[in-house]
Amino acid sequence: MNNPLRSKKAEWFLTSPSFLWLAVFFVIPAIIVLAFTFHGHDASGGVGDWSFSTWRELVDPDYPAIVWNTIRISFEVTLWSIILAIPCAYAIARMNPRWRAIVAGSIMLPFWTSFVVRVFAWKTMLHPDGWLQACYIVFLRFREWLFDWLPGFFQQFLVWTGLATAGHVDPATSTILDSETAVVLVSVYSFLPFAIMPIYTAAEKFDFSLLEAARDLGAKNFYAFRKIFMPGVKQGIISAVLMVFIPAIGSYVIPQMLGGTNCVLIGNKIFMRAIQNRNIPHASALAVLMAVSVLVPLGLAMWWKHRQDARDKKRLEAQTARLMTNDGGAES
Amino acid sequence: MANEFLVFDHVTKRFGALTAVNDVSFSINKGEFFSLLGPSGCGKTTLLRMLGGFERPDSGRIYLEGKDITDLAPNQRRVHTVFQNYALFPTMTIWDNIAFSLKLAKKPKAEIEEAVDNILEMIRMSDHAWKYPNQLSGGQKQRVAIARALVDRPQVLLLDEPLAALDLKLRQHMLLELDTIHDQVGITFLYVTHDQGEAMSLSDRIAVINKGKVEQLAGPAQIYEAPATRFVASFIGDTNFFHGEIVSVDGDYCYIQGEGFPQIKAYNDKKLSVGQEIDLSVRPEKIRVTLTPPPPEKGASINVFPSKVKDIVYQGVYTKFWVTSSGLQIQSLKPHSRFLLDQEPITWNDEVFVWWHPDDGYMVTAVD
Amino acid sequence: MKRSMFSVAILGFVLAFLYIPILLVVVYGFVPNGISMSFFDSHGAFVGFSGKWYQQIFTGHYAVKSLLQSFWLSLTIAGLSTVISCALGTTAALALHRWRDRLQSIHHALVYTPLIMPDILIGISLLMLFVAANVACGFWTILIAHVTFCVSYVAMTVLARLQDFDDRITEAAYDLGAGPWYAFFHVELPILLPGIVAGGLLAFTLSIDDVVITSFVNGAGTNTFPTYVSSMTKHSKNLPSVFALSTLMLIFTCALVGLSKLLTARNQTKLKGKAE
Repeated sequence: MNNPLRSKKAEWFLTSPSFLWLAVFFVIPAIIVLAFTFHGHDASGGVGDWSFSTWRELVDPDYPAIVWNTIRISFEVTLWSIILAIPCAYAIARMNPRWRAIVAGSIMLPFWTSFVVRVFAWKTMLHPDGWLQACYIVFLRFREWLFDWLPGFFQQFLVWTGLATAGHVDPATSTILDSETAVVLVSVYSFLPFAIMPIYTAAEKFDFSLLEAARDLGAKNFYAFRKIFMPGVKQGIISAVLMVFIPAIGSYVIPQMLGGTNCVLIGNKIFMRAIQNRNIPHASALAVLMAVSVLVPLGLAMWWKHRQDARDKKRLEAQTARLMTNDGGAES
Repeated sequence: MANEFLVFDHVTKRFGALTAVNDVSFSINKGEFFSLLGPSGCGKTTLLRMLGGFERPDSGRIYLEGKDITDLAPNQRRVHTVFQNYALFPTMTIWDNIAFSLKLAKKPKAEIEEAVDNILEMIRMSDHAWKYPNQLSGGQKQRVAIARALVDRPQVLLLDEPLAALDLKLRQHMLLELDTIHDQVGITFLYVTHDQGEAMSLSDRIAVINKGKVEQLAGPAQIYEAPATRFVASFIGDTNFFHGEIVSVDGDYCYIQGEGFPQIKAYNDKKLSVGQEIDLSVRPEKIRVTLTPPPPEKGASINVFPSKVKDIVYQGVYTKFWVTSSGLQIQSLKPHSRFLLDQEPITWNDEVFVWWHPDDGYMVTAVD
Repeated sequence: MKRSMFSVAILGFVLAFLYIPILLVVVYGFVPNGISMSFFDSHGAFVGFSGKWYQQIFTGHYAVKSLLQSFWLSLTIAGLSTVISCALGTTAALALHRWRDRLQSIHHALVYTPLIMPDILIGISLLMLFVAANVACGFWTILIAHVTFCVSYVAMTVLARLQDFDDRITEAAYDLGAGPWYAFFHVELPILLPGIVAGGLLAFTLSIDDVVITSFVNGAGTNTFPTYVSSMTKHSKNLPSVFALSTLMLIFTCALVGLSKLLTARNQTKLKGKAE
């Protein structure tokens, strides 16, 4: 080929900079992390000999609990974000184009203030003398009342999963700062725009006359919303889930600044082991666990999408085939 | 070979299992308006891209003015392309678009200005020099694309379906314009199209291409009147095919017998002998359809078939008839000169006569 | 339309939720007492607003010296990593767009994976690399880390822009006599520029805002603005100056965006005027 656009030389020239950079600073580090998990650690903060001791030590009751808490909190954050994001995306997409651009822009505007500064602002707001603390106590009392009302086995289940704690609320010791609630609240705050944007992008392409058509055919508003709008923005919701879930799993700053000792997630533990305790193999092992907790839902999402695509394709083919035979029938 | 202007010498190009261009050889004269005509996917664009330098043949050579240019990069050959979608540079003004090749050649500023202004004048776009491509209409973009490719006077101008994106009216207008430009600049044009009308009206010569092979290379009239193959006959315009075997030869004429129709008399220009199978092509406009039999003075020397009208399509300039005769479908074109000839109108299911002169039939080889 | 009202109400609530902390940032930049973070004195009387934090910033007061230092370091690193990642990301996008072979499918996976990995994993793995290679952490390790996570964002943004890029325009440039370099700088780059600028802006924002990755690879004593702020204790008496500085940044970016919108709007009307 003498097409200068497609020459092998040009390909190498354009590929190698990013390829080499990412190979050296992304792939090799990942391999090193994996390798470090098969080493022990020595007292001076270095990496010891090859051994399985690190993986054996991970069974320590501390770690599985932290991994579970991280996944559970990430789920909670994702759930709340999506619940809030869907009506928002719907509302923005139904506006006229000028307002749409303004509101969609103002959803992203908070990002122009430093993330850490915003978390600090929350920290100031969550001050024990503040109004959010009062709300928090009311919330806790409500939760306590709800908990007492539930049957015993359900209570046990909630305690076991960490969704609730037994015992009574003591307003003097229950502060919203350094609580799991604070972490969930501020995480939702931080990741919500990432949930709204993909759903909004999908909703923008949605043909709203379909909703009118459904209503016209007698569907109730909510039924039409659920059966027509939700499947229409399905892809947007999936990417929104991933856009929230992944950073939530990797969350470090928010639990660090707002969770105190009551809400330690994998991210904090990795940082603690890597920087404070200088236990490099443990930090590596935790990083591998985190990667797994991200890759599993991601793989599931991709598998599901693949299956949907295959199913859609099959349906289309069947439909075309039916149409073709119908045509043939009409002709003969 | 070497003294001819542009030569494709046994050129072959494959893409994987597909042979896009299969051992093609032909040559083009200097200053000629030459067309490559064929259905989409026939390999004509690949031929053009090889000449432009964007593809390299797997075998064979391409010579331009005696020089082997097969391995030269696109920027090393003085061959410019007018792309189907114009491919104007969107970030440059019309003036800068046209001046592009001159600036690259580091021509003196005054010379560039003169050349660009002149060509803008020629395409009547002087008022639009400082606009950007997205501010122009399709036809204007087309003219700019042609001017950009012509301004440094290339050896050959390649036009890749340049009118395909335009609507019918504009296309007809641009056809005339292209013709004028070609006459003015005197540069060799190599025009690729799937539209036989475009090729017929513009070209000095046409190469009809099918499945990577040149089926026929000739002038427009010859291609229409004397198609070399069944494919050429059917691709260029409409035609009626009669497949059969030569049963007798009578001087310059022969009689053809096929299944389901009486013997047809045809001019035997290929000097074929009895027993050979052929396709006879008769163009619809050469066939008459009348309610009365042909006048007796035409005698027995012409082909006459009593038929029945199956379908009529009114097409403005003429009317198209489909008639059946002994199970044979024949189409015919009839100009609207009913009053001049004082004829009764023909309608559906009328019993009619179709007739044509044996010299109007043309024998093509049966191989497709 | 009832459903629509409900969703608008939720949207209103969410917008308030998103903006209250920012409002707070602006307000607390004027707080008189940096320790109590209160506008009231110990008797509950309103003290009023104070501009002293802004004054400290503008005069480069010693109390905000390390804050300002970290801020300039952030700007330097963000600027440099934007430039480098734009170069790497643009070449990557061009390669991914033009070729569809085995090499590019690996290349695509390489470029794509950093986008779906939590940034803390990039931080820890780079730290491991620097530990294994025995490199002292500091300015250069921060820069490398930032380029690493920005490249993918730039590449994806430019790649999206390339989707509507017609390769025949490049072919036309070659056809008219241009070599690869001339064609790139005179034809392709001007067309891709909006995409590269968008990618660069994204890279700059991500870099200047990053705290997680930086806190792994910054080493002792090298602080960017976010790591400096996150290392401050809850009642650091410098907190209001952080808020004041953030307010200034917010005003600056808003002004910049407003200006660019104004300019593009003006350009468009100008083009329209020219066309008529």
